[in-house]
Amino acid sequence: MAHDASYSAHDFKSVGTRPVRPDGIDKVTGRARYGADFNMPGQLVGRILRSPHAHARIRKIDTSKAEKLKGVKAVLTAADLPDLTDGDVAFHDILDNCMARGRALYDGHAVAAVAAIDARTAREALKLIAVDYEVLPHVTEIDEAIKSSAHVVREHVSTGSVDPELNMPPNTTKRSEFGHGDIEAGFRKAEVVVEGSYRTEQAHQGYIEPHACVASVNSDGTGELWVCTQGHFAFRHFCARLLGMDVSKLRVTSSEIGGGFGGKTHVWIEPVALALSRKAGRPVKLVMSREEVFRASGPTSATSIDVKIGATKDGRITAASATLRFSCGPYAGSWAELGAMTAFACYDLENVRTVGFDVLVNRPKTAAYRAPSAPMAAFAVESAIDDLARKIGIDALELRIRNAAKEGTKSSYGPVYGPIGIGPTLEAAKNHPHMKAPLGKNQGRGVACGFWFNFGGQTCTDLNIGADGTVTLAVGTVDVGGSRASLSLVAVEELGIPYGQVKTVVADTGTLGYNDTTEGSRGTFSSSMAAIFAVRNAIQVLRERAAKMWDIPVDDVVWEDGHAKARGKGHGNLPRLSLKQIAEAAVNTGGPIAGHSEIVADGAGVSFTTHICDIEIDPETGGTKVLRYTVIQDAGKAVHPTYVEGQYQGAAAQGIGWALNEEYVYGKDGRLQNPGFLDYRIPVCSDLPMIDTEILEIPNPNHPYGIRGVGETSIVPPLAAVANAVSNAVGVRMTHIPMSPPRILAALAAERVG
Amino acid sequence: MSGIAVSTTINGDAVEFLCQAEETLLDVLRDRLGLTGAKEGCGTGDCGACSVIVDGRLVCACLVLGAEAEGSSIETIEGMADGDKLHPLQEKFLEHAALQCGVCTPGFLMAAKDLLTRNPDPTEEEIRFGLAGNLCRCTGYDKIVRAVQDAARVMKGA
Amino acid sequence: MVEVKLWGSLGASAGGTDKVDIEAKTIGELLRKLAERYPGVQPHVTQGIAVSINGVVYRDDWSKELPEDTEIFLLPRLAGG
Repeated sequence: MAHDASYSAHDFKSVGTRPVRPDGIDKVTGRARYGADFNMPGQLVGRILRSPHAHARIRKIDTSKAEKLKGVKAVLTAADLPDLTDGDVAFHDILDNCMARGRALYDGHAVAAVAAIDARTAREALKLIAVDYEVLPHVTEIDEAIKSSAHVVREHVSTGSVDPELNMPPNTTKRSEFGHGDIEAGFRKAEVVVEGSYRTEQAHQGYIEPHACVASVNSDGTGELWVCTQGHFAFRHFCARLLGMDVSKLRVTSSEIGGGFGGKTHVWIEPVALALSRKAGRPVKLVMSREEVFRASGPTSATSIDVKIGATKDGRITAASATLRFSCGPYAGSWAELGAMTAFACYDLENVRTVGFDVLVNRPKTAAYRAPSAPMAAFAVESAIDDLARKIGIDALELRIRNAAKEGTKSSYGPVYGPIGIGPTLEAAKNHPHMKAPLGKNQGRGVACGFWFNFGGQTCTDLNIGADGTVTLAVGTVDVGGSRASLSLVAVEELGIPYGQVKTVVADTGTLGYNDTTEGSRGTFSSSMAAIFAVRNAIQVLRERAAKMWDIPVDDVVWEDGHAKARGKGHGNLPRLSLKQIAEAAVNTGGPIAGHSEIVADGAGVSFTTHICDIEIDPETGGTKVLRYTVIQDAGKAVHPTYVEGQYQGAAAQGIGWALNEEYVYGKDGRLQNPGFLDYRIPVCSDLPMIDTEILEIPNPNHPYGIRGVGETSIVPPLAAVANAVSNAVGVRMTHIPMSPPRILAALAAERVG
Repeated sequence: MSGIAVSTTINGDAVEFLCQAEETLLDVLRDRLGLTGAKEGCGTGDCGACSVIVDGRLVCACLVLGAEAEGSSIETIEGMADGDKLHPLQEKFLEHAALQCGVCTPGFLMAAKDLLTRNPDPTEEEIRFGLAGNLCRCTGYDKIVRAVQDAARVMKGA
Repeated sequence: MVEVKLWGSLGASAGGTDKVDIEAKTIGELLRKLAERYPGVQPHVTQGIAVSINGVVYRDDWSKELPEDTEIFLLPRLAGG
């Protein structure tokens, strides 16, 4: 049955409350099973051999000694993974990244794998694999890679893929362009112009759980995969296609997931584990070490961005432009495109133009990281906005308010906005006590705003009503941060029953239709829409069953407060029927009661946020301390406000770490120097203050409850908010993320000299 | 198969196991004893996801050899609740939503339990430094600190 | 007949224009006719194009009808983290 997805005002009973999540008790007692917490009978231990070189031709791999080692059951190289990608470049890149085919393209690139009876034997076997490398020149730094003298990372994806007339530098690909108006005329109108060049270093998603899976492939072509993933349906699709399996014969179960943030939307070890299992004829468990996670999974792009903004003296922006270069590892991506689309999305601009291109480097394949590419673009633009305000002589927040996008604004990436929250978040920031709190010596305050699209996509849910009237809601969007609680709340709201009467579970790929991955802040938005429709379908069945029990026409039955009620002449005395009563009678009224829904959840509302950050600098050491941090974000409707706050706080913390500490450091040899949490330092508890949150609710017109995605947007402003705060504290514009102590000391020294 | 015979007490029960010399206590707990509540986030003592208490001392199980556990008494997350009665820290972590993905939660709970044993009335700063050996990437720590503060209040009152 | 606006790189593949008029009732028909008229657009269609109708972005549903007199804007089909 087709249902109307448009928003209507509700007097919510359950949505907006803060109950304990259904999977909570397993997670505080150690019972929850994550990727590495599962075993299959007769399972082997898998391990992967990785390239120590940033770039090398693989002349020969001799696996004979490893194969002869007692306890080794399979040794795998690219030769065991025939190319079934049929000219599909994107799929070939995935295959090549999972196991190098002829050339190792970065330090950590997989070149071979083993499956053995135990970890000790597997480790021993890796040492016995002899790889004959011809080391080739490499390039790991984005600004080096586009110099005319740079070594070309991969010939066939370099400038050739872009219009040759554009005369693009080496290693650039996927040029994209957005904007409207007349940019030159806009700058001519400007009375004040600012320009800046900005750099951000590569950061990792930093999920605490390394990639892990258990794979089992049978000789009849069927298989099972247990894996920590943000999208088990997408993983099934990738793995089946790469291995030549039938999609429906590969059953993928998503384990509890120990963080993903985009990093677990890509396959890395899973096709290898399945291929090892197929070759060995036994299940294989494959778990990455932390070093492998850093060297070979994730990370986000390093960037180099130029921004120019012009305005009149009264603070009206007349033109804005940016050129954005995003590293993509050795495989072409569309990362700069996302940066080019989001860069100026917060503003109402008559003349705007952004050009982005990806830059190939000998680093791991760039992966999605929470609102991918938007934080770096926002860092550059929001820094320039602050500079513009200073140059004009008006308050930076006021300048943002004057130029904020609103309903009806033509966005910088094209479409016209519906009702949006950028103006309200800026106004809320202006009125927040944080903005009025005094600052001390060596302290600075920064403000920045951010945008993210949010997505919907293919979604499928099943709602099954048990014989006792309790309800199971089966969803196919992986729960990465509490969505089972919010989806339960939506289901009970719609059914009119207590929270405890519904249990939401994540179904495997064998038991539910296709669902897109939990990415793009789509989990709660799309699955709640599908859940609402599934409930409405189930209510239709419940009404029919009640009508049968009463022997009256179904049109005379309404559903209210979790009960069927008879309406109309002659039914006045019929006592209402509870869900439980109808469920108990189901065996005699037509069998099991269920509601299903299969939808494409389009119309995810765009999301905006404004952040305020106070920082103190130690001028002796260049160290920083975040004193106070406030997040104001539009949620559309906060289903479970505590978990919405948690998304805001977690995203802000990730952004603060990126702004101040986190950075991939490569040596001249092209090897990653800091593949561990000791040297790649993510924020710890003592680094951060409490993170204040304010949830605004501007209903999304395209969701029955007005829900928008909330997961990603708050990682967008922190790089800029922290940079603006540090810049205000030290009196120098900081243009390079992360603002580690050496960079801050250098800025202070430059200021003293200057 | 050769191995080192080790006798320990885990969560109050006598447990004996055989392990190889290079196996960590974390390997033993997870792979030999089926106690998978302690997680391996790094294997180098940097993330605290494998925190357990050995003879009253908070340790990363990945930095202790299985053979070193001979004669010791080990507490893991699986023994934190008293039967079906959750520990106040477990209750407060749920109530405050101090977990999102939850993979760091067992380690945080063990570290917080150890902290409150040593310091039943910690300041916010003491909590933040006391838990600085445990990494959480989801929450920004705000709700974890609040949950520990609330649990400390409850435990003092009990 | 609907007027369709193209994002920069797509416009470059469609002979350097930023908008085209196309006789199409649905998203599917629009994308098919666009690629017929401008073969350079086909790789973008394969990679994924989303359609914004009055600011509401449709990524997947090709049966979605295109109302007349509304803003129709084509965008790359994106994902998130």
